[in-house]
Amino acid sequence: MTSTEERSTDIREVDRIVVRFAGDSGDGMQLTGDRFASASALFGNDLATLPEFPAEIRAPAGTLAGVSAFQIQISDHDIHTQGDAPTVLVTMNPAAMKSDLPKLEPGGTVIVNTDAFEDRNLAKAGYDANPIEDGTLDGYTVITAPMTELTKEVCKDIGVKPRDAERSKNFFALGLVSWLYSRPTEPTMQWIREKFAGKDLVIAANEAAFKAGHAFGETAELSASRLTVRPAHLPAGTYTNINGNTALSWGLVAASQKAGIPIFLGSYPITPASDILHELAKHKNFGVRTLQAEDEIAAVGSALGASYGGHLGITTTSGPGVALKGETLGLAVSLELPLVIVDIQRGGPSTGLPTKTEAADLMMARYGRHGEAPLPIVSANSPSDCFDAAFEAVRIALRYRTPVILLSDGYLANGTEPWRLPDVDSLPDIPVEFASGPNALNEDGEDVFWPYVRNDDLARPWAIPGTAGLTHRIGGIEKEDGTGNISYNPENHGRMVALRDERIKLVAESYPATEIEGDADGDVLLLGWGSTWGAITGATGRLQRAGHRVAHVHLRNLYPFPNDLGEILQRFEKVIVPEMNLGQLSAMVRAEYLIDAQVISKVTGQPFTTGELVTRIEEMLR
Amino acid sequence: MTDTTVTTTKKDWSSDQEVRWCPGCGDYSILTAMQLLMPEIGTSRENTVFISGIGCAARFPYYMNTYGIHSIHGRSPAIATGLALTRPDLDVWVVGGDGDMLSIGGNHLIHALRRNVNLTILLFNNQIYGLTKGQYSPTSEVGKVTKSTPRGSIDTPFNPISLALGAEATFVARTHDMDRGHMQEMFRRAHDHKGSAIVEVYQNCNVFNDGAFAAITKKDARTEMLINLTHGEPVRFGADGARGVVLDNGVARIVDVADVGVDALVIHDEAAPDPSVAFALSRLAGDRHSPTPVGVFRAVEHEDYGVSLNAQLAAAQADAGPGDLHALLHSLPTWEVS
Repeated sequence: MTSTEERSTDIREVDRIVVRFAGDSGDGMQLTGDRFASASALFGNDLATLPEFPAEIRAPAGTLAGVSAFQIQISDHDIHTQGDAPTVLVTMNPAAMKSDLPKLEPGGTVIVNTDAFEDRNLAKAGYDANPIEDGTLDGYTVITAPMTELTKEVCKDIGVKPRDAERSKNFFALGLVSWLYSRPTEPTMQWIREKFAGKDLVIAANEAAFKAGHAFGETAELSASRLTVRPAHLPAGTYTNINGNTALSWGLVAASQKAGIPIFLGSYPITPASDILHELAKHKNFGVRTLQAEDEIAAVGSALGASYGGHLGITTTSGPGVALKGETLGLAVSLELPLVIVDIQRGGPSTGLPTKTEAADLMMARYGRHGEAPLPIVSANSPSDCFDAAFEAVRIALRYRTPVILLSDGYLANGTEPWRLPDVDSLPDIPVEFASGPNALNEDGEDVFWPYVRNDDLARPWAIPGTAGLTHRIGGIEKEDGTGNISYNPENHGRMVALRDERIKLVAESYPATEIEGDADGDVLLLGWGSTWGAITGATGRLQRAGHRVAHVHLRNLYPFPNDLGEILQRFEKVIVPEMNLGQLSAMVRAEYLIDAQVISKVTGQPFTTGELVTRIEEMLR
Repeated sequence: MTDTTVTTTKKDWSSDQEVRWCPGCGDYSILTAMQLLMPEIGTSRENTVFISGIGCAARFPYYMNTYGIHSIHGRSPAIATGLALTRPDLDVWVVGGDGDMLSIGGNHLIHALRRNVNLTILLFNNQIYGLTKGQYSPTSEVGKVTKSTPRGSIDTPFNPISLALGAEATFVARTHDMDRGHMQEMFRRAHDHKGSAIVEVYQNCNVFNDGAFAAITKKDARTEMLINLTHGEPVRFGADGARGVVLDNGVARIVDVADVGVDALVIHDEAAPDPSVAFALSRLAGDRHSPTPVGVFRAVEHEDYGVSLNAQLAAAQADAGPGDLHALLHSLPTWEVS
């Protein structure tokens, strides 16, 4: 230990810290992590978070099944993931230690609420002996605090009952961690006052617990463990800390504003998509109508009905919901109306892992309807990127008059990162044109309106009810090219199938050139999609520093593929596709381009870490 | 709904598409009733939308020269809900059969009714699956022998009127395909109702279930077999009104008026806030060979869902002003990096 570190005023600077808060579902770990993230964001760090919680609202207290955790990486430079191994682990009970200690990096710091380590909890977690005392923690820096008792103690003076006071112990933990890592305290205090406005005792208890935790750090001679991370050098601008579902909701609102037509959201609650329904329901002053439908099918059906009427029809769900909506998506393909279907993917099949992430719905999005029913697929790369992805999905839906599937996942939905806010004036307008008059001549040479006459994009007119002279009937039965009348003619069906295929392929002409990160003329291409972006970006950098010539392409548009993708793939000796499924994009790429794309799979309900990707890629390059 | 009355004729409301129901199908008379009624309602074709699911009845929109969607099986109430909530200026009609509306689409029907979305729903009940060539339906009687029930159906059928009343419907009526005037009266009242309105139409499928309702709807049977519900009047029927309906511990029972006296009869109150009496009356259609009520069972005022939804939007705009995208993006804590 150097002399400077002995002085309590000295704080060691590091370029990043990964903190993991772990406790029982009832311990408030998500809130604690979220507050730590917000304070760090306001302090100016770059950060990325990963909330992990069980599907049960209250899993049996104290058990491994009930452990809820929140991991955050804060740094003084641009980062893309929540970090691999935590450098600091906060454990509020034995179960949290049992499940999460193996994740901690060697020599890392463990912060323990010792009050929770009594016999009953130890037994529930499967410990025969107390890990604080039996050498389990050897090799780690251990900070112990009787958080529950100390919280009760400070709350006693302000008249809070011990049982209620106990609930504030997570603020003790937050206070302690905030002191250790020099987080500003005022944002948290202010947040407590706003969040619990009107509940003076709760405010007092939480503030007291927070201050007690902070003071505990100062008085317990923990200075040696004190670290700080300077603000990151991020591009100039105004930032906010955002999660994927909020960014996605705002992207939809922004696109609606830029298109000049209001949103109608039909949605049925489902994890991890419900927060989009909650967010959009708040924005009625933007003309957003939300319907909590009776089921997934009604959710998409009502959205399609709204689109037919000239509104921006949207439905939000997760994989099980997309499966239920399949028939209506086929109808939307046949009706050629704009529609946005948001799939926040989760572990499957069936109920699967509702609160864990996975990206295994790509094949369903691409092929999951009967008949030849192509539709464009857009995917988001990071929490803040959900804004741009949503905007892109709406752009395609409105311009090409087609249903579009937007893929996000549970990791993006709940994870947060700082987002440099766009200038709203710089967002492009999305032109919308409704049909207003006849567009064809009938056999008698009269002006008539035919619903399936196409423009240069091969899109049919959007002729909304209420427009005189354009009355027409459409339906799911095959239509005659042009007139839209029912037709069972064999040649006509072949032509319509080909037209529906061709018109969706035309969407690729509206994409910008594909961006290649890293060594564009390198040997290895890492091809990714969705939330693997952060881990692959990190891995690309590390592999380059290790001397590999590696490039990274991350696809925004998964169908149709960009027109330049085939040529890019041909340039590389090796194409590797890391994805959170058994190889869906890699299979699609192999089929489309006849190249030997190799998959790196991970289907554990957890995102890739940069480290594991680097290891697995280096194995493949050996 | 448009305020201005538009002058049209039946021809204006007939599309150029060839009608393809089986010759003799009850759907023809329903279509004619509708095409004749539309000019009387005085609305415009472009503000009228017919939405259907799948089945024989669901071909209806193709034959109306209005806007229309022939959608997928059972989903028409859901699709129509999205349209009605976003476009309160339109008249949205929903047409479907008993399989479409009560089996595969039963969930959407009951939720559209309880929300009171401004839809006019016509349920063509022929008690059989026609388009799939003759399987039993959720309204088929127990014991019915069909291709899928060679030893007779063992399913208890729905009573659509009872179901609608149980689903909190605010307008519920029944008519039949043999009486154009009565159909038009029911359709018109359903159209004029604010909120969701459902009309059950007994409809003959002359191919797979011919004569299902003949015992009650043929001309010479109607007097004794149809109980015309008239608001504010005692519920009575038969030659010279000799028969009537009393409530016996909440159960509707048919009596001879001579036995009980007129004062004992139920006075029909379609506007009764509580649907219990209407429900009791709906139970009188236990089979197709006993007196069956037709007319309006229930017509009560209740806020239309679309009106409530749009009022919330207006209130939100009054409170917060029109949406400001810049403000939305800055609504969480922000910080500057220079």
